[in-house]
Amino acid sequence: MNVAPVNTVAPTEMRSPTAQMSIRNVAKVFPGKKDLFSKVTGKARRDFVAIQDINLEIEPNTFVSIIGPSGCGKSTLLNMIAGLSPISSGEILLNGAPITGPGADRGMVFQNYALMPWMTVEENLRFAVKTVDPKSSQKKRDRIIKEHIQLVGLTGAERKHPHELSGGMRQRVGIARALAINPQILLMDEPFGALDALTRGFLQEEVERIWEQQRKTVIMITHSIEEALLLSDRIVMMTRGPAARIDEILEVPFPRPRDRETIQQHPAYHALKAEMESHLFRETRAVEAARAGG
Amino acid sequence: MAASHSTPGMVQIEQSEPLWQNENVRAFALFMLTLGLFLLFWEVGAKSGWFTPGVPTASETIREFWWWVTNPFYRNGPNDLGIGWNLLVSLRRVAIGYTLASVVAVPLGILIGISPVAFKAFNPFVQLLKPVSPLAWLPLGLYILRDSEQTGIFIIFISSIWPTLINTTFGVANVNQDYLDVSKTLGASRLRTIVKVIIPAALPNIVSGLRISMGIAWLVIVAAEMLLGTGLGYFIWNEWNNLSIPNILVAIFIIGLVGLLLDSLFAALEKLVAFGRNS
Ligand SMILES: Nc1ncnc2c1ncn2[C@@H]1O[C@H](COP(=O)(O)OP(=O)(O)OP(=O)(O)O)[C@@H](O)[C@H]1O
Ligand SMILES: [Mg+2]
Repeated sequence: MNVAPVNTVAPTEMRSPTAQMSIRNVAKVFPGKKDLFSKVTGKARRDFVAIQDINLEIEPNTFVSIIGPSGCGKSTLLNMIAGLSPISSGEILLNGAPITGPGADRGMVFQNYALMPWMTVEENLRFAVKTVDPKSSQKKRDRIIKEHIQLVGLTGAERKHPHELSGGMRQRVGIARALAINPQILLMDEPFGALDALTRGFLQEEVERIWEQQRKTVIMITHSIEEALLLSDRIVMMTRGPAARIDEILEVPFPRPRDRETIQQHPAYHALKAEMESHLFRETRAVEAARAGG
Repeated sequence: MAASHSTPGMVQIEQSEPLWQNENVRAFALFMLTLGLFLLFWEVGAKSGWFTPGVPTASETIREFWWWVTNPFYRNGPNDLGIGWNLLVSLRRVAIGYTLASVVAVPLGILIGISPVAFKAFNPFVQLLKPVSPLAWLPLGLYILRDSEQTGIFIIFISSIWPTLINTTFGVANVNQDYLDVSKTLGASRLRTIVKVIIPAALPNIVSGLRISMGIAWLVIVAAEMLLGTGLGYFIWNEWNNLSIPNILVAIFIIGLVGLLLDSLFAALEKLVAFGRNS
């Protein structure tokens, strides 16, 4: 196999001078309840270490997918990268500077779209653009909004409210909104998780097309092996929680632009797929065994 | 029509449905039947003395009603005003007291909903004052304000402030975390988040608070006016002193009708701000 798994190595060896984002020794601990009142009422909980020793260097213009068993801490990691959740220990650097909170240099696409229901498609984008760059001219904003609505193929739906759109169209708005602020990194937490298989396939191809145009750094969480193989340059596989780690990182060598049929012809496709399947199967079985045992 | 003939299935079934199977038609028929039976029972009962002596018949009451409705604005001294005048007096008191209450309750509710400190500080007041019957404030109002008009407004104010305040607080404190996350990832300022995200997100709750408050204000005004002079409540009290039961029934009907209209107004407003959220 020409894609030998890259095992996690000591952080100093992994440091890359060209990396756009460096995740170093990051851990997340959800504090338990240990005060007297909780103890008396029997609600005391121990600290919960969700993820630990996460080290990851992300080069500019790469598409990185994170895959792992349910509940291992993928969203937790992404929320720390987004700055929505404090980092318990370690640090995350963006262009060499540590992340301390949310910022417009990172655009986020949410699993359940998170569109403002009282705003039309256009207003949702306008809210984002105007918040990020309040000093830009009206004309410039209009142009950016129009471009991005076009980019995701929603021309004609500008004046619709989210409840008048299908799930697939809503997520298109979500993607357009995240891209309209021109972030350095796009973060996506199971962006197609709530969609049916067919819509999901269409949207994956759309994202591939958009990525070819823009080549932004993307970090995407997914549960779908095919999705990860279609879109990513690197696939990060996480172990089960608690204290989940990165198990291995796969490099995906398929040439771009890609589509579903041609990548399946690639000699590495089936090996990669089998590797991911066995990893996910092993981890998920261990989770189930732990549940049955405990 | 011609086109739908070619479509088999559903369309055919819908077309061949007889009128009496339509749900609305059947509901209306049942409504009319119930109303008819009620009026008949009333008419016959009153005529043959099943009830207390002096209870007017249905036809008498309807005639009275028609008279009051066709002569709403006459004036024969303070104790003999057209029902239109009394209605306007009541509506005016409600409008002023309710508007004042809303102007206080909505911003205060937003503040309490946003700030945990404000919530803890104000919640005891709200919880203590909320269950007090509005009429309990009447003597206090009269003593402090020395004016029945202002007391009426004060009573409306104090009774219609709580539902709006509580609903606004709830709505603001329970804004969907996703919307707040979006705002945060965009780096929106606190003020922009409040104006552009929190308030619109809480609007359905705010409007339903306003709707409940309006309902309460309309309930309370009638009771308060019995003790204050002028207004629909006083009209009822006055007709009770005159022992003209048909007029009391007429007033009850008009109070109900106006309450219904006010409520539908707010129901429409609720729909307007929902954007598919509770449909
Ligand atoms: N606020 C919190 N307090 C305590 N524990 C939490 C909290 N948020 C998440 N967790 C725990 O952290 C672990 C990781 O959660 P997370 O949502 O990141 O998983 P995930 O990998 O995204 O799962 P999924 O694939 O199902 O979305 C879970 O065991 C979860 O119970
Ligand atoms: Mg998740």
